[in-house]
Amino acid sequence: MIAPAGSLLWFAHHEFRLAWRDFLAMMSGGRKDRTIGIVLGGLAVYVVLHLVAAMVVVPATNAGIIADKPTLLMVSGIGLLFFAVMLSQALESITRVYYARADLDLILSSPASSRRLFAVRSGATAAATMALSCLLFSPLINVLATRAGPHWLLAYLVVPALSALAVALAIAITLALFRLVGPKRTRLIAQIVAAIIGAGFVIGIQAVAILSFDDFSRYALFQSDALIAASPDPDNILWWPARGAMGDPVAALSVLAFGALALTLTVLATSGSYQRLALSTTGLSHIKTRRHAVSGPFRPSSQRQVLRRKEWRLLQRDPWLLSQTLMQLLYLVPPALLLWVNYGASINSYIVVVPVIIMAAGQLAGGLAWLAISGEDAYDLVATAPLPPATILRAKVEAVLAIIALVLAPLILALAILAWPMALVTAIFAAFSSASATAIQLWFRVPTRRAMFRRRQNASRAATISEALASILWAGTGATLAADSWFALLPAILALAVLATARAIAPRKS
Amino acid sequence: MAVPALAITGLAKAFDRPIVHDFDLQVAAGEFYALLGPNGAGKTTILRMVAGLLPPDAGRIDIFGIDALADPVGAKRLMAWVSDEPMVYDRLTPMEYLEFVAGLWQVEPARATRTAHELIDWLGLAPHADQLCGGFSKGMLQKVALAGALVHDPQLIILDEPLTGLDAGSARQVKDVLLEKVRQGGTVIMTTHILEVAERMAERIGVIAGGRLIAEGSLEQLRTRSGTDGTLEEIFLTLVAEDSKA
Repeated sequence: MIAPAGSLLWFAHHEFRLAWRDFLAMMSGGRKDRTIGIVLGGLAVYVVLHLVAAMVVVPATNAGIIADKPTLLMVSGIGLLFFAVMLSQALESITRVYYARADLDLILSSPASSRRLFAVRSGATAAATMALSCLLFSPLINVLATRAGPHWLLAYLVVPALSALAVALAIAITLALFRLVGPKRTRLIAQIVAAIIGAGFVIGIQAVAILSFDDFSRYALFQSDALIAASPDPDNILWWPARGAMGDPVAALSVLAFGALALTLTVLATSGSYQRLALSTTGLSHIKTRRHAVSGPFRPSSQRQVLRRKEWRLLQRDPWLLSQTLMQLLYLVPPALLLWVNYGASINSYIVVVPVIIMAAGQLAGGLAWLAISGEDAYDLVATAPLPPATILRAKVEAVLAIIALVLAPLILALAILAWPMALVTAIFAAFSSASATAIQLWFRVPTRRAMFRRRQNASRAATISEALASILWAGTGATLAADSWFALLPAILALAVLATARAIAPRKS
Repeated sequence: MAVPALAITGLAKAFDRPIVHDFDLQVAAGEFYALLGPNGAGKTTILRMVAGLLPPDAGRIDIFGIDALADPVGAKRLMAWVSDEPMVYDRLTPMEYLEFVAGLWQVEPARATRTAHELIDWLGLAPHADQLCGGFSKGMLQKVALAGALVHDPQLIILDEPLTGLDAGSARQVKDVLLEKVRQGGTVIMTTHILEVAERMAERIGVIAGGRLIAEGSLEQLRTRSGTDGTLEEIFLTLVAEDSKA
């Protein structure tokens, strides 16, 4: 035993052991022989991320980076974007600390201190957020440190500080939600807020850029003269995180101390209420038992109609699943705005809309297909019904594609009015993208509960990566074809290669 | 000779080790048959193969004379499967669930509506008929699942531990429904760890150990076979102990 039972260190050891085993299981998918492949693949992706970071950063380092107002604004803006993602992740994790029942009943029914448990779990959330953030930021920091000087390595102090601040803020938001809406609704609202913070901030500034500067880039806002002029002077304390990241040791250490202090004080102030709030979530059904009267006799329907209707009904009645699934639609807001703002302008201004719609179609299809095909709560029932498995799958695919068509039709129609050849290309490749994502979900299907939607990526990394690659490549094909370039063949061939590889490595169904 | 409700010949299934091998079984139409066995004996594996949820490695399964491996849809039309974990959607009401099941089995809508209302009343679910199943207790969910199994009037019902986790009242209702089904000419095959239930309800009992049928017959026949003049529990333990020694 490394520490007295029930102590902070003892809880930390317990949490670390569980987290490490979860991580190993997630990485290897239950097969140890996969680990080496995943580590090598991960390293390859990491190298590619460094190359991408170099492409982004080298022009700026060649021109020379100085800590003036525009640069501080740009660094702070990028930091804010990442902070929004950190906060979103932290909010999800902190909600789980209160709601996940796994061993909570056991621990809370023991004489061990719930304050210590909360401190350890909040700390674990902060550590996980820090590790992930450092990993995400590291290509950028490493390239900057190599090209512009080692003082950029101080950014490794600022990133954990921002993570700690994000976790502190997440705890405060969760507690405020408990107070405002009660334990029954806190989880749902926190998850929706997390998703909106994660995607909404990025999309929001992109929308501002489109409306104000007629530019699709999400960084346009941070380069605007008006915002630069309105920003505080370079020696203002608000720039300390950016200054710290850029190599000012006093600013970096101060920001780190502030983040650590904020997290410590928040945990100390809120851990006392942990047991009460965690217990208040016990036995809560997340499903309202409201009435849905079935009036009159059952409707005559074919087996496929019955299956399609069931899928649509279940989705419609689950606000959390619906919000998670339709979150991709938020990414359609900027192209829709662009269409609106540029109405009557040159056809070329719509070209950015094409890949966004195609990618959104693929991502939406992937999520919905998982829900319909793998997330079947009554798998045994449907499998024992008197209809061929192919009919069941066909009905479920139809249910998915109908939703995609319904969602994308208005945008494609709007595009058709402005530039019909582009709309045609978009419709065709959105169909390819949706079909590819659905096919990948079919090949990698593993029956499980719908409630596991958020962890669906864990079931198969190969499926997740193939789905994302296929969507990106079809989007690339659509965009290049819309630009009348025969280079479109290249991403199309690559997309087909991704699909062939996914088919080849998918587990055989018995 | 009447066609048996279920005829299994030479059934085999292995995962990392053989689970079921050389398994033969015949259940007559209109019979209440209980399948007993220690944990890991292969009961659920056998029933899942019969329900078409697991492909066997070898053997043949006939449902009322229909080869279930060659014509799975034809066989499924005649039977219903109820597992120990109720297969119910959280966000459907019992009535919507029954409408869905009736649609899958293509029961004529007017008849299905009538049967659904009868089952909902019979199982005491009427006050909750239009509420989402997500907030139901295990017993209520099991009753909804059972109603789903009965709404298409199957000739053969296969149940895997249907009474696990039910309170006395719910268990009684489920038992009454199953006995009524048999009285109406249906066939019920059920696994259970509650030996008293098998003793009271089943006409014939099969005992499985190590993936094989080690004994079969009425309670009296099993008594004779085991040489024990006691309860089914004593008979069962004797038979399983004898088999493990052999």
